[in-house]
Amino acid sequence: METENKLIRRDALEKLFSQWLAEGKRILAPKKCGDKIDFAPVQTLDEVSLDQVQTVQSPKTAVFPRVEELFSFKSMDGRVQIRERDNDALPETVIFGLRPCDAAAFASLAAIFTWDCPDSLFSARLGKMTIVGLACARADEYCFCTAVGGGPGATQGSDVLLTKVSGDEYLAEILTAKGRSVAQAGAGLFKAATAETKESHLAKVEPAFALDKITPALAAWFDDAAFWEEQSRRCLGCGACAYVCPTCACFDIQDEGGVSGKRLRCWDSCGFSLFTLHTSGHNPRPLQSQRWRQRLMHKFAYMPERQQVLGCVGCGRCSRACPVDMNILEHLRAIAEAKP
Amino acid sequence: MDALKNKARELLAAKTVQVVIGYGRGSGGAARAVFVREASKADTLVFDDGCRQNLAVYLMKPEVRKLGKAALVAIPSTLRAVLQLAAENQVGEHDLLALVVTPAGEVVQLATLQAIEAHVASLDPDLSTAEKEELKKYEALSLEQRRQFWQEQFSRCLKCYACRAACPLCYCSRCTVECNQPQWIPVPAHDLGNLEWNVMRAMHLAGRCVNCGDCHRACPVGIPLYLLNQKLISDVFANFNFRSGMAVKTDNAMSTFKPNDSEDFIR
Amino acid sequence: MSEFSPKIVAFVCNWCTYAGADLTGTSRMKYSPQVSIIRFPCTGRIDFMLLLKAFANGADGIIVSGCHPNDCHYSSGNFHARRRWIVFRGLLDFLGIDVRRVQFSWVSAAEGAKWAQLVDATAGNIRQLGPFSDYQRLRRGLGVG
Repeated sequence: METENKLIRRDALEKLFSQWLAEGKRILAPKKCGDKIDFAPVQTLDEVSLDQVQTVQSPKTAVFPRVEELFSFKSMDGRVQIRERDNDALPETVIFGLRPCDAAAFASLAAIFTWDCPDSLFSARLGKMTIVGLACARADEYCFCTAVGGGPGATQGSDVLLTKVSGDEYLAEILTAKGRSVAQAGAGLFKAATAETKESHLAKVEPAFALDKITPALAAWFDDAAFWEEQSRRCLGCGACAYVCPTCACFDIQDEGGVSGKRLRCWDSCGFSLFTLHTSGHNPRPLQSQRWRQRLMHKFAYMPERQQVLGCVGCGRCSRACPVDMNILEHLRAIAEAKP
Repeated sequence: MDALKNKARELLAAKTVQVVIGYGRGSGGAARAVFVREASKADTLVFDDGCRQNLAVYLMKPEVRKLGKAALVAIPSTLRAVLQLAAENQVGEHDLLALVVTPAGEVVQLATLQAIEAHVASLDPDLSTAEKEELKKYEALSLEQRRQFWQEQFSRCLKCYACRAACPLCYCSRCTVECNQPQWIPVPAHDLGNLEWNVMRAMHLAGRCVNCGDCHRACPVGIPLYLLNQKLISDVFANFNFRSGMAVKTDNAMSTFKPNDSEDFIR
Repeated sequence: MSEFSPKIVAFVCNWCTYAGADLTGTSRMKYSPQVSIIRFPCTGRIDFMLLLKAFANGADGIIVSGCHPNDCHYSSGNFHARRRWIVFRGLLDFLGIDVRRVQFSWVSAAEGAKWAQLVDATAGNIRQLGPFSDYQRLRRGLGVG
């Protein structure tokens, strides 16, 4: 579909918010939560925080919540009744103000959740989502979107991509059919765009490393235990990186209740020491170095090989959230440049 | 800083220790943990006010233990963590020595646990005035205000366990939450699970926490976990006259008792 | 308007309070029927999390009771329990959980009357405090998507 370019002013955006709410949509956007900024339900544009480089958590919570009911069950007269989720009851959602890296991440998540069989809840949530991205005027030292095929103004994954082009006006690139419905429903709010180029309004992010060096380097260093030990020695094995990551999709399943209850899906992290513990007691990844290696292999070797999509969008959240500064960019650069 | 680097070089060259666990420069110029194993790499060591991580956490990691005896660059809470770990029989004389960098930049080597204990005796283990005031502020809220405050705080908890991972005293190789026969603490990050997790962790640290603050700094969503720990530090001292991390041999608060422990709420 | 009937869970030690409650019964003393008694070998065995589990499972009030200090069947179990209760109670209160809903007590095997009074007083308190709906709201799976 050919992209249409339009312009929208901030006060018109405010009206668009009201319209979405009137349509019964839920709006998720970056919002101040304590002294952090995270995606949360909002009612007005004023509540939205738009100047930060990045939020702490990613918008993956909209399609892959940190806790999700898969179904509920009740045991009665010797039989178990199962009540599935009603996908129709899931909320129509607009995710507003996410960065191009986050928009691109949904493709990685979809590659996993629709790989061999489509995950019904994930697909339903993604289907009900409209993605209104916001291009980046600023980046920081943790960002590396351009090294992994993205960019501060990249359109992949967004239905509409906004770029601030003046004090109160945004360029709106209408990218998909869903984007077109947004533009049509808010017809009076969008204006025709002049030949506005967005390049001058975007952050400059030089590619931090050569991606085509990473995968072969990972393979070359795979068996060098000392290499991974050196990289991972300060890692504490918490789940912060996996949980803030927009593409990490590992989950645990927990049944709660007794005779009646729920089956819940919740986030898990390959960094946890017992992540790969078998019922037999054997743990194939007993060392943090093996778990760190696995994180990088999964994102930069296994996913490209199996799902033809990278498991990393260069958002830098993991590095910012890491309590011990396991800066993934620093480690990737080291891998790309390591001499055997 | 040169004194620290020289000391590190000396210890490594003489093979007194096999690794110096200290601070180096990381992203944005901030300090982060480094593990110096060769004398030639001692130049990576730094020390300033930004060096706040409790490096004692690495003494309990098998990947670090296997390197051999460590010289640990220690700030006050690190020293107290070492003593508490020693009091719980988790570290011994042969596992480490401590290096304290004085405000003047000199290095004091604490070669034995006794030396660490003697040094810690000169520190004030009490909560600071600012910490006490902040605690009082929360204690002064009404019951309902406190309930709402903590419900809101815990609603953001992701159960990433960064708090647990960063804490030197959370060294269980299999945490309560990782046992599923029964699943005592819920895994999912729903409101009930988050409350139970944070209550349990706070209680398991009662009489053990050394107030390093790493749990709060590690938390990606900024939950003020230090308030819970400081509340218990304050209560344990007020009720049992006990402070963690002061002695190698001690009657730990929650594993001992006094026949005259007093209370006014038991009917 | 239906009268609120509080659900009270009592964690009691086998040797003192449970025997005391037995005595209450054999003495034919009447007392509030709202209590469900859970028997432990000793108060020292009572994990503090059990109290929260009771609330999560619908209890409006809790009684924790055992042997008087110096009378513990295992010598010192109740001393350890007392320390734990002192700390746990302070934490619950700090978190905004109403500690008036948890009644700690020493009831010996001879104190059948005391058990009855304890349960009646607790039931009366809890009836005044009302159902523990704040906690039960947590039980209903808040935060689950």
